[in-house]
Amino acid sequence: MNMPTAQIAANSSRHGPKSIAPRRPFDVLKIRGDFPILQTQVRGKPLVYLDNAATSQKPDAVIAAISRYYSHQNANIHRGVYKLSADATAAYEDARAKIASFIDASSPAEIVFVRGCTEGINLLASSWGSANLRPGDEILLSEMEHHSNIVPWQLAAQRTGATIRVIPFADNGELNMEQFASLLSDRTRLLAITHVSNAMGTINPVKQMTELAHNAGALVLVDAAQSIPHLPVSIRDIGCDFLTFSGHKMFGPTGTGAVWAKKALWDAMPPYQGGGDMIRTVTFEKSTWNEVPHKFEAGTPDIGGAIALGAAVDYISAIGMEQIAQAEHELLTYAENRLGAIDGLRIVGTAAQKAAVISFIIKGIHPHDIGTILDGEGIAIRTGHHCCQPVMDHYGIPATARASLAFYNTRDDINRLAEALEKVKEVFA
Amino acid sequence: MSDLRDLYQQTILDHTKRPRNFHELTDANHRANGHNPLCGDKLTVYLKIHNDIIQDAGFVGAGCAISTASASMMTEMIKGKRVAEIAPLFENFHSLVTAPVDMEPDEQRLEALDKLAVFSGVREFPVRVKCATLAWHTLQAALKDVGGPVSTE
Repeated sequence: MNMPTAQIAANSSRHGPKSIAPRRPFDVLKIRGDFPILQTQVRGKPLVYLDNAATSQKPDAVIAAISRYYSHQNANIHRGVYKLSADATAAYEDARAKIASFIDASSPAEIVFVRGCTEGINLLASSWGSANLRPGDEILLSEMEHHSNIVPWQLAAQRTGATIRVIPFADNGELNMEQFASLLSDRTRLLAITHVSNAMGTINPVKQMTELAHNAGALVLVDAAQSIPHLPVSIRDIGCDFLTFSGHKMFGPTGTGAVWAKKALWDAMPPYQGGGDMIRTVTFEKSTWNEVPHKFEAGTPDIGGAIALGAAVDYISAIGMEQIAQAEHELLTYAENRLGAIDGLRIVGTAAQKAAVISFIIKGIHPHDIGTILDGEGIAIRTGHHCCQPVMDHYGIPATARASLAFYNTRDDINRLAEALEKVKEVFA
Repeated sequence: MSDLRDLYQQTILDHTKRPRNFHELTDANHRANGHNPLCGDKLTVYLKIHNDIIQDAGFVGAGCAISTASASMMTEMIKGKRVAEIAPLFENFHSLVTAPVDMEPDEQRLEALDKLAVFSGVREFPVRVKCATLAWHTLQAALKDVGGPVSTE
């Protein structure tokens, strides 16, 4: 009855951006107008940008936030006694709060800024890993992990004597859930799993997997680098213990990203890097640590980048993640039908639940040659192993071509891709 | 498509589809493996060298059109050449594929390269230089026969 007003406000803002009905109809042409680079030409042709899984383009709002920060707000944060520093600190901490709210975290203090998802996983592997992994412990990964969710754990395993176990996926790109269940045991300390595969687009059932891993007594890290720009992501809904992501894939600047962990886990973890800002007291004999999140943010962070990442969160929240997911799903279906009709083209990764990533190969044509010919048409796709060599090994191929979509892509982009792929086939006919 | 036609010339496509000397040499006395991690290209170059003359050359492997055609045309070109001629030839080839786009190709170099001049289009696509030069780096390793695989990275 007498619930404090502040409590109500905090709850409503936390769930606000995702539960509110779409504020405006999804108008892709208007959205494209927000992205200056989408108005440019490459090799004399209007740019068709289909490499969003590698990095996303930036809206005016993000570019303006960076410009505004360096033009009007730039000062080092925390401990400055002058107004400019206090304002920069407030803007930086406000960005942290936006990110916390965006993923349903209960407190901004649970968000640590990092350079990107890779640094986030390295932080956890180094800090949590060194404090918690022992010989005989097992870290459970999947066969479809990005190298950035494999190598840090290999390094942690080497340091601690823990071992890595791998959940295989089936040829359609879906994880084998029976094998997952049988790999879980009382030796499993951590499941580190990608939410969405960057190489195949598979959306993994992370909520269900988290529940099973928790039942086995393991903690769960979700690598949300490929999901957070495209789907609603809620740490409350998933129930995981750690979540990492990059800013530059979610329309923010490069060199930004965040790690979310439960407060108690942060508190129990040793620092990752030492330096200024992360300490409370320093003597030559002993130092004590600042509270989280500052304990994990040694040195001057990318203040302008974090603020601009906050602007990116505002931008996509205003469109609505549900709307973004729906628009991308419709475009994915269109693209898979269009590309699937090309003779000799095979889509790699056909999971029932997919984000808008289309990996493909064309019989007799190396992906790199596909990429170069598309480049000549002003179309940017990625070719190679996508930092997922185990995925390529699974299919026995050296590389794929990959078109990865964002909400600013259109059917026209897909049509131009399909037409250019016909040209690729003509060249090699 | 003009830039692309420069890159994917008919000669190159012909060598991609029907690579020459595409086999192991059972009597090779020099060999090396090459790997381009960027695109996953892997090839092995075999040489039969006698009295400092490359008497026979062959290659096997899997790669993109540019790297396959480059290896095919390279093996054709080097057969019968003295070992000492290879380094200047590679230097010419490397200059050709890395020259600034707005610079006229050097006539003497083009002449020395003969058929390999068709690779001049590669310079429009700097990320493909490694594809064109993988076979040559591997050839250099084979001449030294250093044993381990070479990499473009």
